[in-house]
Amino acid sequence: MKFLAARRRQPVVALAMLLFALVTVGGLYAAAATVRPAEAAGAASSETQVEMGKQLYLEGCSSCHSLQAQGSANGPTLIGVGAAAVDFQVSTGRMPLAAPGVQSVAGPPQFNEEQTAALAAYVASLAPGPAIPSAEQVDFASADVAEGGVLFRVNCQQCHQAAGQGGALTQGKYAPSLMGATPTQMYEAMITGPESMPVFSDATLPEEDKKAIMAYVDYLQNASDPGGLSLGRLGPVTEGLFLWTAVFGALIAVAVWIGIKAR
Amino acid sequence: MTDISTGSGHGPSENTPAKLGYSPVADIPHRPRVADTDPKAARRAERQVASMFMLSMLFVVLFIVAYIAIDKSATVYVPVFGAVGAMNIALGFTMGVAIFLIGAGAIQWAKKLMPDVEVVQQRHDLVSPTEATKEAAANYERGKEESGFARFKIIRRTLIGAMVLFPIPLVVMLRDLWISPPGNPSPSELLTTTLWEDGTRVVTDATYLPIRPEDIPVGGLVSAAPADLPEVQEAEHDLNARGKAAIILVRMDPAEIVSQQGDGWDYQGILAYSKICTHVGCPIALYEQRTHHLLCPCHQSTFDLSDSGNVIFGPAARRMPQLPIGVDAEGFIVAKAPFAEPVGPSFWERG
Repeated sequence: MKFLAARRRQPVVALAMLLFALVTVGGLYAAAATVRPAEAAGAASSETQVEMGKQLYLEGCSSCHSLQAQGSANGPTLIGVGAAAVDFQVSTGRMPLAAPGVQSVAGPPQFNEEQTAALAAYVASLAPGPAIPSAEQVDFASADVAEGGVLFRVNCQQCHQAAGQGGALTQGKYAPSLMGATPTQMYEAMITGPESMPVFSDATLPEEDKKAIMAYVDYLQNASDPGGLSLGRLGPVTEGLFLWTAVFGALIAVAVWIGIKAR
Repeated sequence: MTDISTGSGHGPSENTPAKLGYSPVADIPHRPRVADTDPKAARRAERQVASMFMLSMLFVVLFIVAYIAIDKSATVYVPVFGAVGAMNIALGFTMGVAIFLIGAGAIQWAKKLMPDVEVVQQRHDLVSPTEATKEAAANYERGKEESGFARFKIIRRTLIGAMVLFPIPLVVMLRDLWISPPGNPSPSELLTTTLWEDGTRVVTDATYLPIRPEDIPVGGLVSAAPADLPEVQEAEHDLNARGKAAIILVRMDPAEIVSQQGDGWDYQGILAYSKICTHVGCPIALYEQRTHHLLCPCHQSTFDLSDSGNVIFGPAARRMPQLPIGVDAEGFIVAKAPFAEPVGPSFWERG
């Protein structure tokens, strides 16, 4: 005791106490925060999917989209956006929004499949809207890839680039690469028009055409590069950069070697 | 085989500039190379060059072997490059190495074994010798005298007249670029008119489906064409018709439309604009449904479709032409009039 009493007034002790207090409070809070979704899921499992979705909504979404999903200054209304929009935004990790910016960024999903389905069911229960496509709607096995290529070039490539690599829009916004998109996500994006993307309704781009586009994107996703380096499949820009740096560098090195006098 | 090496084996005296018939450079000391002084080094250099040429031959043989032996569809994993066609890699590598070794061998030969003396090449004025100049002048004077060009005034003048008139037919033919024969549209008319007329039905591009207003939701985008485009294209092989008539349909909340190029040119918030950029004619459908911006990927010209298609950024000088639309008796979207202004990039006669 004497040992402690003698040293408790040292400035180092104060610093150590402060650090201990901060770590304890922060650690408890983090533990509580990670536990909460699991608790919510567990509590809601006995109730209906919509009830569970409502709980998840109130915890994860309502701070921006407001308590009744009518929207606020920070987020648009979700009434009538339908299950498809929710499934797209949540399953691609765009929502819940990590940080405000020119547009939401895709990433690892924050909710698991069951939770995503519950959220979608809750938002769909508010007002009718586009539904999540059925397995049959996204089964492109019998679709025509060549026809899909034509439709992709007419409707999609202006933003997503001819090889589906994505591209720039105005003022820092961008069209994402399609290399990781699932058929369901593609279908949902076409019928809901997330962010800057326009809506491609089933009337002007029928289900068969959508399947053809999915088949074409699937072909792009699995295409090999028999010619060698793909260089991002961006065409002349990266190819030119490669020529001007690597190839011209090699040519300059050879020219220098030619110019050096032999010993 | 040893011509060069024995020659250089005699030492630097063999390679002096004077002996080789060049003017020596006074202020650069000549330093002999190892191959000049050491016969062993010279022979080593000789072997180096010869082996490069031999290796080149070997790679040519390998090229032919690869071409015959490797299966066209076989792929091979190469680090950095990933899975690539085995034949592509083999052919490119062997041919590249073969030609590189020829060049490298030649350079090595020149650097190590050919004479490396510093020499001066004198420059001279670029004039002909005086006698040649005098002779040419005399020839000219004699020709003038003998032809009588100065004497026969009438011949001289008629010749000049004939020469001046000769190019005129070319200019007369150029005339048809701006005045067309009756019945055929002039280039200016061709650039000004499109397939769109009053009542032309709007169909989706590539699939040619007629469109009802309710088919396009708010925020929707449709790349569209005139209904008669397939026939025109089929009958006249007229790809220009497609290029000029391409349009996009977008639908926005009517409250968000700030202005249009004509009163009531929209149909319940559905607007039709040309798809061809007014800068240099790239097709644009890069429409952002939230900002209503239409961005051209070629040079970043940006048009605001909610505000008459005016240019808000980039090099385009003119707004995007709008097509007035309505619906016909069957409820399908149709054009109400042709384009009021020429689509696509500006041209001379447009003013």
